Amino acid sequence: MDSIFHPLTLVTFLPLVGVVIILFLREEQKEIIRWVALGVSLVTFVVSLVVLAQFQPGNPDLQLVIRRVWIQVAGWDIAYHLGVDGLSILLVLLTTFLTPISILSTWTAIEERVKEFMIFFLLLEVGMVGVFLALDLFLFYIFWEFTLVPMYFLIGIWGGPRRMYAAIKFFLYTMAGSILMLLAILWLGIQGGTFSLPELVAQNNIPANTQLWLFLAFAAAFAIKVPMWPLHSWLPDAHVEAPTAGSVILAGVLLKMGTYGFLRFNLALFPQAAVQLAPIIAVLAVIGILYGAAVSFPQQDVKKLVAYSSVSHLGFVMLGLFALNPQGIQGGILQMINHGISTGALFLVVGMIYERRHTRDMDAFGGLWKIMPIYGALTLIVALSSMGLPGLNGFVGEFTILLGAWEAGQSGGSLGSYFYAGFAAIGVILAAIYMLTMFQKLFLGPVDKEENRTLKDLNWREIVTLVPLIVLIFWIGLYPKPFFSLMAPAVDKLVGNLALSIAALP
Amino acid sequence: MWADRLATLPVIVIGIWAVLLTVVDLYIPSQRKGVTAALAAVGLIIGLVTNALGSGTAQTAYFGMAVVDGFSSFLNVIFLVSGLLGIALAYGYLHRQNIAHSEYYPLLLFSISGMMLMGMAADLIMVFIALELLSIPLYVMAGFHRDRLDSEEAALKYFLLGAFAGGFVVYGIALAYGASGSTRIAAILSAVQSGNASPVLLTIGAALILVGLGFKVAAVPFHMWTPDVYQGAPSSVTAFMAVGAKAAGFAALLRVFLLAFPTLSDQLVPLLWALAALTMIVGNVVAIAQNNIKRLLAYSSIAHAGYILMAAVNLGQTRLMTESAAAVLFYLFAYLLTNFGAWAVVITLEGQEGRGLDLSDYAGLGKSHPALAAAMTVFMLSLIGVPPTMGFLGKFYLFRAVLEGGFVGLALIGVLTSLVSAYYYLRVVIVMYMQEGEPLVNRDALLRWSAGLTAVAIIALSLFATPLFQWASQATLYAVK
Repeated sequence: MDSIFHPLTLVTFLPLVGVVIILFLREEQKEIIRWVALGVSLVTFVVSLVVLAQFQPGNPDLQLVIRRVWIQVAGWDIAYHLGVDGLSILLVLLTTFLTPISILSTWTAIEERVKEFMIFFLLLEVGMVGVFLALDLFLFYIFWEFTLVPMYFLIGIWGGPRRMYAAIKFFLYTMAGSILMLLAILWLGIQGGTFSLPELVAQNNIPANTQLWLFLAFAAAFAIKVPMWPLHSWLPDAHVEAPTAGSVILAGVLLKMGTYGFLRFNLALFPQAAVQLAPIIAVLAVIGILYGAAVSFPQQDVKKLVAYSSVSHLGFVMLGLFALNPQGIQGGILQMINHGISTGALFLVVGMIYERRHTRDMDAFGGLWKIMPIYGALTLIVALSSMGLPGLNGFVGEFTILLGAWEAGQSGGSLGSYFYAGFAAIGVILAAIYMLTMFQKLFLGPVDKEENRTLKDLNWREIVTLVPLIVLIFWIGLYPKPFFSLMAPAVDKLVGNLALSIAALP
Repeated sequence: MWADRLATLPVIVIGIWAVLLTVVDLYIPSQRKGVTAALAAVGLIIGLVTNALGSGTAQTAYFGMAVVDGFSSFLNVIFLVSGLLGIALAYGYLHRQNIAHSEYYPLLLFSISGMMLMGMAADLIMVFIALELLSIPLYVMAGFHRDRLDSEEAALKYFLLGAFAGGFVVYGIALAYGASGSTRIAAILSAVQSGNASPVLLTIGAALILVGLGFKVAAVPFHMWTPDVYQGAPSSVTAFMAVGAKAAGFAALLRVFLLAFPTLSDQLVPLLWALAALTMIVGNVVAIAQNNIKRLLAYSSIAHAGYILMAAVNLGQTRLMTESAAAVLFYLFAYLLTNFGAWAVVITLEGQEGRGLDLSDYAGLGKSHPALAAAMTVFMLSLIGVPPTMGFLGKFYLFRAVLEGGFVGLALIGVLTSLVSAYYYLRVVIVMYMQEGEPLVNRDALLRWSAGLTAVAIIALSLFATPLFQWASQATLYAVK
């Protein structure tokens, strides 16, 4: 019984309770279904706060670990093995935090097949939380692949006109990477005799040459998910076609599964390969920052603009992680959270206007500030946070990453050149350009479209959806210390292990 | 002698039951032929019980012609369960198609007894007899739709190519006999080990047997008959053929090749490697272009034969023999559930004269019949190999065996072709959930139960897989001394 009521088990599988309840409701009982989904996801959030309360911030190790043998197969024990540490705690909270917000945003947007929608959404939450908590490679893979299925349906059923194309592209792209990871996981299992991540890390006996191949196999799965340039082409399609709540979760959490994978698996399991490949990955990350920003600028579709800006922002995260020093990695983790909050909020904002006008073409708007002042003000905060204005969350993350990249640029650092930080800094400027252009086209200028004059400002439900995000934007922007202190010990430990590997390099 | 009969009781039961059923059926009035189906099912259940009561110790029988071991009793379960599911799928379907001739059920039992013999064969002659015993009833069953041309075509094609394949097997057996002086698997091995066998002749013999069995399991390039036969034969026969005949073919392939020809690995491994790779690639790539669900599943079954063939590449690596065989058995079990489930859904939607078999006929199923569509989704995901399904665990186990054998390239081809397969399996899901339509669905409780139970089993058994894994890994091939 203790394994069922273990806080990590609860926070992972609680949404299934909602699924079961909703299964017994009829399709017509839309209101009840929505409330059940919202209620269950809120309870899950509360449970994740309990996990946070039990979490010891000063402890760099995995905590609240639960490990039970699950499947025994010919000499292998596959374990139900969960645990949380400073690398994952914030991502778990982000997931449980964004899920109820996303569900709230569907209140009037999703009218068709509400029952199935909520079932898939809650199943998706199970998969996502599981990915961040799993410590057994096999279990991790199951959660990882499992997230594909509900997201595939969310895009494919409730998406835009090209939803089928986008859904299948999303599925195939992601699966292309993850099957290579599966082979690498099997290889690790055969060599190490276990799938347990802590045990495999402790063995630390993979020859450098093999590490390179395994690193690449894992990286294939994660780089597509992040997505890193040039593997990003599924992202704009998926984002544009997905329903608003799907986009929020896709950008807010699913992409983080990729960056988290690099952090948790590639850096820990293959430290030497990570050090060797860090400059290459950093180059791709910087290209992603600049490319994402450059392509965002000319977009007419607001959602596409936000989608490409994600490529740019996640480039920052990757640059931070592969600076391989405490500042870079801490900045990277914080930027994962920031991106989840800011881009999640941006997609919500876009969804609100789309629900009113059924278009996302920037030229269809203009002067909205006069008609919808609350909406304008909230959007401004979100846009400013996304472009990294000091005092808001984006700045803290990007600045820390740039610090880390700069330090890594010194001789002896993992990158060995200041160019990375230099070019990445240009991305910050570009972000300001495309974000402000978007804001200007939407909100400023005269109201020259008749249809826009009658638009209603945000209602209470919509404000409630955005306010928690706004609060966090200010909180992280003004006082990020609690967030950093949650992750710092674990990051220091990880960097310590990496440093040993760097020292071992010829 | 009695000990032999006791050990081989399951196959004896099925054989005798089939003979009796043929006679008893004559006395059952034509409007109550359901009794025949029920009696056939009872026979299969008795077979399952006797199989479960078996002593569990490996032994030979009939002067070394047959061997009863964990491998054969695992396979017996696969054959008997596919017989049960085959009856469940056939009963209403035969009525709807106006081909409810009750010979169907005795024929099914005869075929199953052939399959069970195949799993026990310890002598090449036995392999041949079993092959014919399982095939001949299937030829008849493929042509069960007498008044439909494509069914006749299927039967004739299957018969001609099957006879052709049988010829290859016999010729291969003759050469192996010429090379080693015996048709016993054990005697062939000892002749090879003592250097008394001509390796050239033996290699050619083995290659010919491989060709013959390759036809049976539908491995590329011996697969040409599969799509036409699978499409033309009544769907309930196709479902049974795709699982039972394939499993039997692999049973013989594994036992003969792993036990008799391990020393020929230098010559045979490249052959098997290429066969597996080709089968996976062709099966999956050609399936993309299919719009008829029966043809799609036919190519999918070719592709899955390719995955299973991967395990045979470990030929000659004695330490991996048990694990390779176990991986194949586990995969076959997963395939059994998934394939029958998928065919149950296909038959539920199949109308008269081959209507209701296009992918477009599935449009809107997700809305009008959510449970049926959900079950079909589970089957498609399991065929792709997405967790948490049996199909995923089956692939996982197979790829593990292949990687342990050191064949990274083959494993890579395997995973990349599963990616290709995701495309066409997902098309089915897309049509069901993302396109509008009014699918015509037959009311058939047996089919619903079959689809529902297999879908639940596919997920539940994948979450609690330990017993099945242990059972498979104990189902070792008994090397006769």
